[in-house]
Amino acid sequence: MSVGIISKVHPVRSHSNAAQGGINAALNPGDSWESHAFDTIKGSDYLSDQDAVEIMTREAPEEILHLEHLGVTFHRNEEGKLGTRAFGGASAARTYYVADITGQAIMHVLYEQLMKYSEQIARYEEWFCSSLAMDENGECCGVVTRNVADGTMELFQAKSVILCTGGNGQVWQPTTNALICTGDGIAMAYRAGAKLMDMEMIQYHPTTLAGKGFLITEGARGEGAHLLNANGERFMEKYAPNKMELASRDVVSRAEQTEINEGRGFPDGTVALDITVVPKKRVHEALREIVLVGRDFAGVDITRQPIHIKPGNHYTMGGVKTDVDGRTDIPGLYSAGETACVSVHGGNRLGANSLLDTLIFGKRSGRDAAARAKRIDAARPSKKILEDEEAMIADVVSREKGSGRRISEIKRELGQTMDGKVAVFRDEAGITEALEIVKRLEEEAKTAYIDDHGSVFNQDLLAAIELGYMLDNAECTCVAALERKESRGAQYRTDFPERNDEEWLKHIDLERTDDGPEISYSEVTITQWEPQERTY
Amino acid sequence: MAEYTIKVRRFQPESGEGPYWEEFNVDLEPSLAVLDGLLQAKDNEDGSLAVRCSCRAAICGSCGMKINGQSGLGCKTQIGEAQELANKKMSAAGGKVENAPIVIEPMGNMPVIKDLITDMESTHWAKIRRVTPWLLPHGEPPEREYVVEPESMIDITQSMACIQCGACVSSCLSMEADPDFIGPAALAKAYRFVGDPRDAETHERLHDLADDPHGIYDCTHCFSCIDACPKGVAPMDQIMRLRRKAGEEGIEDPNSGHDHEIAFVKIIEKKGTLDESLLLQESFAPGVKGKLKPSKRAIREMLGSIPTAIRGIKTGKMRSLHKLIPGVHPKLPDQDDVKAIFSHAEEHSEEFNLYIKGEEGELAEDDVEKGIERSTAPAGQEADSGQ
Repeated sequence: MSVGIISKVHPVRSHSNAAQGGINAALNPGDSWESHAFDTIKGSDYLSDQDAVEIMTREAPEEILHLEHLGVTFHRNEEGKLGTRAFGGASAARTYYVADITGQAIMHVLYEQLMKYSEQIARYEEWFCSSLAMDENGECCGVVTRNVADGTMELFQAKSVILCTGGNGQVWQPTTNALICTGDGIAMAYRAGAKLMDMEMIQYHPTTLAGKGFLITEGARGEGAHLLNANGERFMEKYAPNKMELASRDVVSRAEQTEINEGRGFPDGTVALDITVVPKKRVHEALREIVLVGRDFAGVDITRQPIHIKPGNHYTMGGVKTDVDGRTDIPGLYSAGETACVSVHGGNRLGANSLLDTLIFGKRSGRDAAARAKRIDAARPSKKILEDEEAMIADVVSREKGSGRRISEIKRELGQTMDGKVAVFRDEAGITEALEIVKRLEEEAKTAYIDDHGSVFNQDLLAAIELGYMLDNAECTCVAALERKESRGAQYRTDFPERNDEEWLKHIDLERTDDGPEISYSEVTITQWEPQERTY
Repeated sequence: MAEYTIKVRRFQPESGEGPYWEEFNVDLEPSLAVLDGLLQAKDNEDGSLAVRCSCRAAICGSCGMKINGQSGLGCKTQIGEAQELANKKMSAAGGKVENAPIVIEPMGNMPVIKDLITDMESTHWAKIRRVTPWLLPHGEPPEREYVVEPESMIDITQSMACIQCGACVSSCLSMEADPDFIGPAALAKAYRFVGDPRDAETHERLHDLADDPHGIYDCTHCFSCIDACPKGVAPMDQIMRLRRKAGEEGIEDPNSGHDHEIAFVKIIEKKGTLDESLLLQESFAPGVKGKLKPSKRAIREMLGSIPTAIRGIKTGKMRSLHKLIPGVHPKLPDQDDVKAIFSHAEEHSEEFNLYIKGEEGELAEDDVEKGIERSTAPAGQEADSGQ
């Protein structure tokens, strides 16, 4: 069997780097997978599928140990064993971590393993995927790619394709997400006919810097940092008297936004995160990355003064609908990580569950994809697919300068629209307006021109293709957000402020048609945890 | 908002022309990054301006570049500060200059592909692969985790903080002279395994890196990589740790660095200032004190240093000729202070590591309590910079 990894950036540039705080697992003797599962389900506002959550939480301890054996430099306790920290929405300290560079450490160690096994696994670094290849039976049989370094187009034939392209944060401005997070996999699967699920569920992280949207890890609150409004009040007392700053993210973000909207924030539209209450030694040992972020990007020494923060776009809970083995509705097409929606996160993801989701369902997808590859005969994608993609690219490149808008202009308008109207608080009028703007931008994108007409590292062209992906993502989010007439998890409708289990305890699925996404519903799997009122 | 001129060294490989300079005028807050300025130019003026970038937050390592000649990350360098440096540089040539162009170039020690995009694969990554960059534990893994000293994980986390941006490689002066030098990034990566108690090949790794003529002894202590590193990895410090470990393993250092380090510390302990003639002797024939019984190689090295000594005398750099006689150099009058520094350092035998100590210039808390200035605190570092 041959395995190849295709990535539009060098793999270590990928956005898992940004997962600072850690990875959850019920590994301590006093902890249990049931407790981890319950916290995850409650955090999801009961929209997660409980069978999937069970698999993730049961397999978590083994995965942590596997990573440790591969070389991840996890923090140790005084006995030299794996040590934990507290995280939001969790009833036990079960977050394993490497300072506040956990995602980076894990990803770099996995890349070490890729170098070690370079004879078994081919790497295509800086190759961009522009579409999935489908055969006449509607099965996925490969991907069309562009080698970024020289612009050649190539059709990769494959018996199984796994999409792990991350989320769609760039659809919002600002966002904590990297520039590469343009929802590529979600859009490619959608265009190929796979169902998307829970696309309305977009997480706003409680602690991001105003302006550029940089992330301050939840680990800061895990270590004991306080949230204060402009009057110096620890306002979480009002919203989550038990868990305070460590309530789940949707709850904390709404609390902050309420304080800001009601005039108790700072003039720059923020509240404050006070890390000075955490012992200095501990800050240097466990939160050094945000010492640097504070210093370099906000000019604040977080060990000496509070830092201004606000809720900011952070995570795509929805995505390509998959089962617990990563299978999408399209045979041969798999998805895992932020691209996929199994769903383990439902309406709101708990901190330190994203790396876990990615690792567990990545592993399971890989296994099933390998089994399929052994089982079936190779399909032959038609060469026409490659020709179609080449024609699409030729069309973009041939547009005359000044014939339409600039790609960057459209992207900016999209980001501001979505952040303004489809964010922490939503209503029908706002979402409808956003959807109309998105549809107009889709038209404008068809004539948008680029400056670079070359083959080598034509980033201008890639940005044009990414814009198309982002617009598909945005349209789906608007349609689903408009459809869900209740408030659950990250979806808070001011016109429907209550959760409504009777009508809306279900997933919203979307399938592409020429007239836009077609809506259907699917059941939420409930095993042993009946939905309850959610308080922290 | 403020206006800036960025002057970018461009190269369009398909144009058939060589590299050229192009200036862009951008308008942004001084606290925003040089990368934001570049992206503004790219978004508004010329989409063909090529620069790798992704996270904008100094975590993905994509946007290594030279700004006013200094290697670093575009996203982490504030444009206001870059402006000040550009002004200062231009003013040095004569007269006070404001709004000097901020000069942006691709990284050094790597071939340029297009504009600010360099070929890291054939340089940076090839060197990383050179150091066997994966954990080599002994036998089957334990049922649970490996139980290790908590400090050992914090220690190597400083190397783990490396984001593979290549800024240190770009700035490395040794690599400029010897392109085969394994280099700061790869050697820092190597320390991440040598310092990892789970790795079973420490001895083999150290021999490999010491025996390679382009290995750990090829570094010239210029500190460029420490200045360039945006993540505080301090690659040179990691190289020095590798050398120290190699010395402990009994590996002979062609520069006698380990003995040199010990000799240096011993002389300072004894005299308070540096007796240079004694230093040379003690470095090559430690412990012999006046009766020279060095190895053949040491004799070669000492004879080899004679022309340098003569040049020193001729140019007037070495004036107190009597000091050439070992042992003549006087002691510092107040030896108690020196002893206090040494005993403090011995009590606190800690490595200098940002995950333990915090940023430079900050006092470790127990030091503050004892009222001891930082300049005398980290013993390991003092010994390093003396070499």
